[in-house]
Amino acid sequence: MTITNGDRVASRVPPPRSGPSSRKARRNRPRQFWYHLFLIPLCFLWIYPFLWMLAASFKAKEEIFLNGASLIPHAPNFENYVRAWNAADFGQYTLNTVIVVIFHVVLVVLVAALAGYGLGRGRMPGKKWVVGGLGATMFLPKGFTVLPIFLLVNALGLNNSLAGIILAESGGAHVVAVLLFMGYFAGIPNELEESALMDGAKHPRIFFQIMLPIAKPVIGTVSIFTFIGGWNAFLIPLVLTLVRPELRTLGVGIYSFSGEFGTDWTGLAAGAVITILPIIVVFLWLQRYFIEGLAGSVKG
Amino acid sequence: MSVLLQRDVGGDTAGRPGELWKAIKQHRWHYLFLTPMVVLALMFTVWPIVASWGISFFQWTGYGPLENFIGWQNFVEAANSAQFWDAFGHTFMFTAVAVVIEMPLALFFAALLNNLWLRGRNIYRVLIFIPVVTTTAVVGVVFQVLLSPSGGAVNEALQTVGIIDQPINFLGSEAVALPTVLAVNLWKNVGVTMIYFLAALQTVPGEVYDAAKVDGASRFQTMRMITLPMILPITLVILLLTVITSFNAFDLVQTMTAGGPNYSSDIIPTYIYRYAFNPEQFQPRYGFASAAALFFGVAVLILTVLIVLPGRLLQRRQSGEGRKR
Repeated sequence: MTITNGDRVASRVPPPRSGPSSRKARRNRPRQFWYHLFLIPLCFLWIYPFLWMLAASFKAKEEIFLNGASLIPHAPNFENYVRAWNAADFGQYTLNTVIVVIFHVVLVVLVAALAGYGLGRGRMPGKKWVVGGLGATMFLPKGFTVLPIFLLVNALGLNNSLAGIILAESGGAHVVAVLLFMGYFAGIPNELEESALMDGAKHPRIFFQIMLPIAKPVIGTVSIFTFIGGWNAFLIPLVLTLVRPELRTLGVGIYSFSGEFGTDWTGLAAGAVITILPIIVVFLWLQRYFIEGLAGSVKG
Repeated sequence: MSVLLQRDVGGDTAGRPGELWKAIKQHRWHYLFLTPMVVLALMFTVWPIVASWGISFFQWTGYGPLENFIGWQNFVEAANSAQFWDAFGHTFMFTAVAVVIEMPLALFFAALLNNLWLRGRNIYRVLIFIPVVTTTAVVGVVFQVLLSPSGGAVNEALQTVGIIDQPINFLGSEAVALPTVLAVNLWKNVGVTMIYFLAALQTVPGEVYDAAKVDGASRFQTMRMITLPMILPITLVILLLTVITSFNAFDLVQTMTAGGPNYSSDIIPTYIYRYAFNPEQFQPRYGFASAAALFFGVAVLILTVLIVLPGRLLQRRQSGEGRKR
């Protein structure tokens, strides 16, 4: 049982069978009805909080207290967004988050790809220990060591800087990413590497010019996961920006907004939409890879 | 992640020291490639654990040198604190709900949405999955508003429908706050467990179901007698992942209740956070926070070992039998 990479998972998903499945659908028409009768209301309630957020973000400030549950704003307006973006600093938070996430993704992909190459291609002494150590790391609950991490970032002089947040987030073990790269590189035929070595190429060149370009599917999967994880990060940016509000990321920003302007529900809804819209768009756009990546981590 | 259940990951260990050195030299590039990860892991995984142990033996506010060595006192204090044990218990409530409610519910959703003839099953899957990718802090603050007793959408809807007369103070009453947070956490996480179970169900070949149908098995019988036993090995992996995830409830609890009211929804991570970064009593208590964290970490470690061990024993026995045959 190993972690499978995106490609191998994709090949295991059964191909769409439009013919027999639509024939089956006709046969199952009554059952189809009962399923939808259950699923449609369920899914509506399920995503109601998101619909509420969206509706509330366009409502007038007073309206929310009169008819809070309704999903149709009386006179839709962008005031809440303007207020959240400027007065509540969500513009700044968005910029911070984008900067942190870009560096975070690049760092994690690079470090994990390098390590995955080392572990996947080399059968060197000590490999067992490194892989075992990685596995053990997965059992550590997050947040349990945040205090020493905070102290370490302080000691490096990076407290109260975006660089500190990036380093602390990227430094945490990204075990799954490393294992994905390891599995992928291990599956590449030896001849490729050997012939390159024969031609006089050194390992760094083989890595950057041959191996990394082949590993695009894994880079994609790891990037999506890291992007979503980084965008949603909370504890580390919270702890590292306690005394520098202007460095907050969106997650921390919405939390402090609710603390400072707790009664401005429409502004809060606008901030919430600003925070999650990019992540929802990216998810809907790349959901196949994301879900296959997740599924691949339990199968195999 | 099932790598954990795997033995023999590989890597040759040479016999004699000379050979070992030769092997190391031969693989110097591979070691170099590993270096960034190893350095970061030493900094952000290994060192924090070591440092936690060190700090936990001191009384320390975070300023000035570590001088005030007090031995095991911080641990003793945590062990004697009712508030700590409450938070400890609440933390494992999240685990219990994840295993007892979230996993069966996820399996139920997966079984529903695994029917090839069901139209729009992909849309349903995506909708149920969306809370998983949503920023937890947003979920926390939005639910705070939705569940508000004064004008929150949930109370308003429940009153309009006539289920309740008086608004429920979901997050403000000691009796209801923790169940509410548990429910929201369930809503947020069940999607990912559903995806795991969908992957598991897809490993069962369709012919098996056809055969069961021919034999006249009901759908419930098919599930209990055929599907569940077949996906048992993957279910163990899912169990492990679900348990690990259940310890990461800090974001939601902190943003919904911050452990309140009156610590009724406190969990260990919010407890640690309060003592280290948001002290109620004037100065941060880093030593005590570290001791509490270690206490919790060791408990989690024991629990995960208890989950992993049976799986590995099962696997070992199976592979042993395989060899005999």
